[in-house]
This record gives sequence, C-alpha cells and structure tokens, in this order.
Amino acid sequence: MDSSVDRIARPWGSRTPYDRHASWPARVDTHLEAGVAPEQVQRWVRAASILHSDGDAMDIAVVDGRTAGVRGRVDDRVNRGRLGPKDAFGWQANSSSGRLTRPLVREDGRLVECDWDTAMERVTSRSRELLTRRGPGSIGFYTSGQLYLEEYYTLAVLARAGIGTSHLDGNTRLCTATAGEALKESFGCDGQPGSYDDIDHADVIALFGHNIAETQPVQWMRILDRLEGGDPPRLVCVDPRPTRVARRAAVHLAPRVGTNVALLNALLHEIIRAGRVDHDYVRTHTVGFEELASRVEECTPEWAARICDVPAASIRAAADLLGAADRLLSTVLQGVYQSHQATAAAVQINNLHLVRGMLGRPGAGVLQMNGQPTAQNTRECGADGDLPGFRNWQNDDHVADLARVWNVEPSTIPHHTPPTHAMQMFRYAEQGSIRMLWISGTNPAVSLPELARVRSILQQERLFVVVQDLFLTETARLADVVLPAATWGEKTGTATNADRTVHLSEKAVEPPGEARPDLDVFLDYAARMDFRDKDGGPLITWHDPESAFEAWKRCSAGRPCDYTGLTYAKLRGASGVQWPCNEQAPDGTPRLYADGVAWAHPDVCESYGKDLVTGAADDVVEYRSLNPDGKAVIRAADYLPPHEAPDEDHPFQLTTGRTLYHFHTRTKTARAPQLNAAAPDVWVEASASDAAALGLHEGDLVEVGTRRGAVRGRLRVTDIRPGLLFLPFHYGYWDTEGGHGPGGGMPGRAANETTVTDWDPASKQPLFKTAAAALRLVERGDGRVAPAPTTTASAPSRADAAPATVGGPTALVTESSVPARDRRAQEAP
Amino acid sequence: MNGIAFTLRALHHGERHLAGQLIAVAERHRTEHEVHHVARDLAAWSRAHVASLAEAARAHGLDLDGSPGAPATGATGVLSTLREKTAEAVGRRPEPGLLLLRDLRELHLSAAENSLYWEMLAQAAQATKDDELLAVVSSCHPQTLRQMRWTNTLIKNLSPQVLTCP
Ligand code: SF4
Repeated sequence: MDSSVDRIARPWGSRTPYDRHASWPARVDTHLEAGVAPEQVQRWVRAASILHSDGDAMDIAVVDGRTAGVRGRVDDRVNRGRLGPKDAFGWQANSSSGRLTRPLVREDGRLVECDWDTAMERVTSRSRELLTRRGPGSIGFYTSGQLYLEEYYTLAVLARAGIGTSHLDGNTRLCTATAGEALKESFGCDGQPGSYDDIDHADVIALFGHNIAETQPVQWMRILDRLEGGDPPRLVCVDPRPTRVARRAAVHLAPRVGTNVALLNALLHEIIRAGRVDHDYVRTHTVGFEELASRVEECTPEWAARICDVPAASIRAAADLLGAADRLLSTVLQGVYQSHQATAAAVQINNLHLVRGMLGRPGAGVLQMNGQPTAQNTRECGADGDLPGFRNWQNDDHVADLARVWNVEPSTIPHHTPPTHAMQMFRYAEQGSIRMLWISGTNPAVSLPELARVRSILQQERLFVVVQDLFLTETARLADVVLPAATWGEKTGTATNADRTVHLSEKAVEPPGEARPDLDVFLDYAARMDFRDKDGGPLITWHDPESAFEAWKRCSAGRPCDYTGLTYAKLRGASGVQWPCNEQAPDGTPRLYADGVAWAHPDVCESYGKDLVTGAADDVVEYRSLNPDGKAVIRAADYLPPHEAPDEDHPFQLTTGRTLYHFHTRTKTARAPQLNAAAPDVWVEASASDAAALGLHEGDLVEVGTRRGAVRGRLRVTDIRPGLLFLPFHYGYWDTEGGHGPGGGMPGRAANETTVTDWDPASKQPLFKTAAAALRLVERGDGRVAPAPTTTASAPSRADAAPATVGGPTALVTESSVPARDRRAQEAP
Repeated sequence: MNGIAFTLRALHHGERHLAGQLIAVAERHRTEHEVHHVARDLAAWSRAHVASLAEAARAHGLDLDGSPGAPATGATGVLSTLREKTAEAVGRRPEPGLLLLRDLRELHLSAAENSLYWEMLAQAAQATKDDELLAVVSSCHPQTLRQMRWTNTLIKNLSPQVLTCP
C-alpha cells in the first residue's frame, strides 16, 4: 500500500512497528520531481546518502540525463528502503544555479574564470616553489568528511609520500575526531564496535549528547518503530535540550554543559557500588578496572548533582537502567565530542560497556557516531591525523609496512611527529610557516571556531589558498584558486558509514560544465607534480575509481579495516557490507570484538594512548607494561571544570548544534527548497524562565555575544535547560550581501562568530559547546516568530507560540510498504 | 632542619614556582590555544600539590604556606596585559615558536626537578615507614610526571615545524 506523507511536517514518516529481536520491516520512500511518474524513470542508479552518516542506501532516478529524484533501497541493511528528509530533498542542490562550472583564479584581487590548465599550473608552480624554498612543511591539505574513499586515499598518498608533509587533516576533526580517539584509547584501534542492528535487540538504549532524531533521522525511525512494537526498549537521554529523544526517554538528564565527565563518573560509581560489574568479562578482556573503581569511589550522585545541576535521584535512576540492562546500546555524538573533556567523557562510555560486558553481542554495543557521511573513510585512509589503514605512526614496523605498500623509503613518510591536526595547521598558517593550504570539500570560513580569526588567516597575502568545491562558498571567496568539483551522483566511489557499512555510489549524470570529480583533480595534480616511488616509477599508479579502490585494498590488507574481500562487482550485488571483509569474513563483519578485543596488542595497535587531560602521547614501553596482552584498556578520568565559565558580563552558557533540516554549512541543504523553507535563518533558543526574567518573547530580535563576537537572531522560547542558550550552527553568508562574512555593518549570522578557539587535548576536536555568553534585546518581535522548526528540539515551549512547520505539496514523499517475503532472515539474539 | 624537612621545603618552593610559571606561560602564549588552556589546567595540579605539601610538612614541624602563591613575576597586572598585547601582536610571526620552545623547556626542567624531589621523598618515606607522607607522594608524583610528559610531547611535536620552516 502506498501513501503520501509531508516529510517536512512529519520528518520521520509513518510507523512500521516491530517486536524486539524481529527484523526491521522494509518500506520504500520515494520522492520524484514534480510531474515525473515512476514509470518515466529511465534508469535507477545506486548511491548512498552524503548528507549525514547513516549511510542510507538509495537509488537515483535518471530522466533524460538529469537527476529527477530518489528512492530508498529496500534490500539494504541500513535503511531498509527509508529516506530521511535530507535524503529525500537534498539531491536538488546538485542542479541548482550557482554551481561552479569553470576554474577561477585570483587576478588583481578578483576571482576570474580560466581553464583547468591555467588553474592547475598555478597550483603546481606554487607547490614546486614552496617545496624548494621552504620544504614540505610549508604545504598543508585540509579535506572533508564528504568525499569518497578513493579520493581520500589518493590524497593521503600524494600528501604523505609525494609532498612528504605531516599537514593533512579532514574536517572530521570538528565532527568525529573524538569518536576515533576514544575507540583508540579503549580498544587500541579505531573502528565502530557495534552495528545499527543492535537497535533491534537492545532493551536499553542510552543516547549521550546524541540527538539522533535530527542527525541520523532514519535510525531514529527504527527506534520509534521499536517503541511502538512489543517489548520496547527504554531510553536514557543525556542532552540539555528538549530533543525528540528526550521526550521519549524513560530518564532524561539535562546537565550543565561541560560536565559530562562528572555525570559519567557518577554513573560508573553507582554501577560499581550496586555490584553490576561483569567481573568475568573485566578479568578476561580488560586492564585498568581497579584504577577506575578507586577514581570514581568518591563520585556519588550527590557530588555529580551539584556539578551537573541535575537531580541525584535521576542519576540514580539512569544508573539503574544502565546497570540492569540485559542488552545495552549506547550512542554518542557532538554533545560529548564537541564539549569540554570530550575524549575523557567518550572513553567513560566505553568503560560503561567494558565493566558491564556489553560488547560484541546483538543489542550490546557502542556507537561512537560520526556526523558526516564519509568521516570513517577519512579516518581509515589516513586523510585525517592518522596513517592509512589504522597504522601507528609511533611503530616503525607499521611505517615500514606502509612504505612497502607505496614502494618508497620509510623516511619518505613523515612520522617523527603525529600528523598535524587541523587547528594546528591553521595556527601554522597564521604564523606563516604554512604557505599553501589546499581545502577540498569543506568550508572552514563557517565551520571553524572564532570566525573573525579564521577569515583573517585565510585572507593573508602570503597564504596561497586552493579551494575545491561545488559552489562559491564563503571559503572559496577568499581563495586564490577555485576548482569546480563534481559531487554525489556525478562521480563514482565508495562511502563507509558510521557502522562500517560500505556502499558503492555510482555516477548517474554528467557534472555541470567543466566540473571534475575530486579524484581526477588529485590524480591530475600528482601527474603534473611527477611524484615517483623509490624505483623511479610513478608513485600513484591508478587512474580511476575502481583502480583506486583496488590500490586501497592492498593498503588495508591485514589491518582492522580490511577491504580485501570487496570488489566493485560485489558491491553492485549485495547492498551494504560491513568491514572487515576478507577471506575469513567474505560477507563482512556485523560486530567487532565478539570474542574479546582484537586490535589492542602493542604490536598491532594504532595508538599507545594519550593522557586524557594533557594529550601527552604514551610510548610503547609504557603501553607494553600497562597492556602486554592487548586487552581493552579501561582509562579513568577526573572531572575538570570547563575553561570558560559564565560571569557577570556573560551570565549564560552557550551551546551550538545542527538541526534536522540542515547539514554542514548549508552549502547543499539551503539549496533544496523544502529544507531551506523549514529552517531558513539562524535563531536563538532560551528557556521560558530566562526569557521571562529578561522580559523577552518569541520572535524578539536578540543578540548573543561572547568574548569573540556576536550573532543576531529571533528568539525561540523552548524547554531548554535554564541558563543555557542555543544557536543552530553553520548559517553562513554566501546567500547574504557579505558573501564571506558579516560585511557592511551586518550583524553576525554564523554561530561560530561566538565560539572559542579551544580543543580537546587528546582528540584535538574543537569545543563548540561551552562558551559563556550574554543575551540582549535588539528589537521587539511585534508578532513575528523565530524561523526555527517546530517539529524538532526547537519546538516552542508554548505550543501555540508559532505556526507548525509544514512542507506542503512539494514535500510529499511516497511511502510504499513491502511484502514480508522481501524481509531479511531474522538475526538470532 | 632534617633532610625530609629540607626536601619538603624545597619541593614546596618548586611546586609554587611551577604553578606560577605555568600561568605565566599560559598568558604569554594566548595565541597558542592548546598551550594556553592546558597550562592553566596543569597549574591547578601544582597548586594542589602545594596545599598537600603544606599539610604534610606540619607533621614534620614545618610551617609552609598552603595558599597557591603568587604567579611568577610579572604575570599579573600591567605586565600581563602587556604580554597579552604582545602575544596578539606577534601572533602572526614565527619567532614566538622559538620563544614557546624555550618556555616549554623551562617548564620541563622545573617539573623534572620537582619529580626528583618527589622520588627523594618517596624513598625517605619508605625508609621511615611514614605512610602519610608516602600517600601524599603517590597521589602527587604521577601528576608531576604527566606535566613532564606534556612538555615533552609538545616540544617533540612543535620542533620540526618551528625549527625547519622559516
Ligand atoms: S554539522 Fe558539522 S560538525 Fe555536525 S556533523 Fe555535520 S560536519 Fe560534523
């Protein structure tokens, strides 16, 4: 049966309830361009979403050489045919006007069109000049979480072995660096232990700073379906905002931001005190339990209640649920990763699972989430601050092995220091030791903290900036060379989602004008630079996506992220395979660590660990004595107060975040009419009590100011925790007169005008959640309302304060139920 | 004054000094954001050590000041504002890199000196079966070692860029 649902008004669509341990019923969501009927679609081309990290598998509808819509892929393990609102509508951005169609170079201060030869010649001649005059340390690469695996791998090889620089990172630094770091700290290696299928089996699901309803809407549909079915799970939610998750939770804790470690230590205290430790598991599979037990001994719920400002009874209730769970699934995202003591807190969530033995079985898992679609690929390919294949830069054997794969001398690969993280790269650029920055698929002029500083760095005369993107973004406007890139649907490549599921996305249509796939641009650069291996042959021997994938497979062989069992042909068959996939596991691996922790041994681990407070690196000797047998490491952490506390001038705490209808810097989502209309401009959220105390009302124009800068927006009064303000981030300036910043006396619109330059010492992930801020009235609303959606965490506390968010006729998505025979075999619990 | 009392006094002085140095470095390198924030967190450890040492000293008939003590010379008031301004003004130039390496080296040496004093105290506490003193040492000394590892890591990570890239 088919029905049409306004998926802006009802973002999570209709329910298909199912019972615990059953498999999630399929349902196909389809959205086609107005006037195109399903029969008119000439080709369906397989792809996976690139607007969040779910990895929703979908098919692109092609009519007369253009994209005319999408439908969810029914046989895929991730979404079982469903689409989130961003999947359903986001594709329209590809064909919106304003796509870059020709390269641009800066002439007399202005960007002017040119041909590819001219643009690439500028890039290569500057590269060569810098290499001779200043050495490889003067060149840096800052990439994305939205390109394909093949592209990251190629970039990693050309940067690390071609140029020989340590300066290569992805914007996954802002997004999921803490997820990777926390996994390395606990399990010796990156790689998601759990699976989305754990949602089918868990009896308790704990969401730590993870507003899954808005960041991974399709997996929220899955949780909603379980909530409506037999033996539903109970939810624990830790979030200062009244998210949809919080509204459905059995226990909702809304702590003061910056206090996650105190809260988690109290939860661990209670679990240990109540004797809910799985001592067998702890003995067999872990080291460090004694230290944890003694460090949390004093961390009572009352102690944490004072720090976090939540009731001690609620902490106890949450600990009860976590402690009594029979299959516990925890998921974690930006409320932990972008907050004070990020890695320390994320590691305590791993600890919760280690002490309770909740890993490696259906329903018992941890999802240290990603925000971006291909964040996992950035990490595994070493296009972030790691070496490819989760190799350990401190382990000479790993470097030698990588050198063998690339046929270069080990000394060619810089490994005397850890790869440079993005924030440090911008610092080096600010100081003038980095003179060229090549930015691909990301928009730091909106997404990094303290934007005034970032703009001033990018605008420096001496810094040569190359930007490769789809549109003239805020960052591209500040570039010296702009390269037009092809995107999803216009190029082929693989993407791996947050639960290690690999999807192939294929080219459906031609890119506009002269836009080229990022892979082609990197290959062209490598050829022009004539990078060579140690025998004088070309360093990069591949020439298209499939041969790049084959090259990556050789690099991944024997490592945790082993892709050797995959081929493009195989990915065109079964939809969605989880790595490791090799001879031993030809169909992939649903869960890591089913029989103990496999990758923490000193000889194989990706990292020897870091001090969670100072970020100091441990060395192999320390690690060997701590963990000679390669078990999971339980690392305790003390709570430290946040670095910026409210004071008289800045009495509020300020947090920022993404909301359902937008993604990253809105480069794509703001160009999808339905998504843009649902959340067209920045707004400010404050609690009802704070608004009343200041005499403010829904729709008043207010200004949020911190020591860095200010943002203006209309006020939405919500049930957010008192004392806290919220700004949706990533509203930028490309669609304003300023172009790249709040020019012409215009007030700030991007949340990051206000955020602090400070990062977690272990993961180097910037803090976007702990600024101190002031709030003031600029102008009365006089009946106007904030441009904030009412369907999400920004719902007004008085239901009638704003008209409901709806999409109307253009936002209809067809939902078709699927006969049971197509359902997957049930997975035994 | 016996040897233990002498060592307590010396270490008390050393921890106060390090706390002050850390704060001064944090101020001087405001534009090195990680250094700025972490140095302040680590100063708190040294301040706590000062309080613990003062407490332990009492049992040894010694009256040491348990208060955190003033930051190292010139870290407050006019001079610190001046330093902040300088930090901002020179934020765009590479020489602060060299200055930073010098400061980190000094921090490292101070922490190393403190660490050796902690070792001496630990040995003396064991020899005299002074469990209370041993408890203080075992709770504080690991943090001193972490302070050293921090400076060591930063020096290692920053040196290649600062020393080779003009
Ligand atoms: S909005 Fe930015 S930080 Fe959030 S998940 Fe996307 S890229 Fe990451």
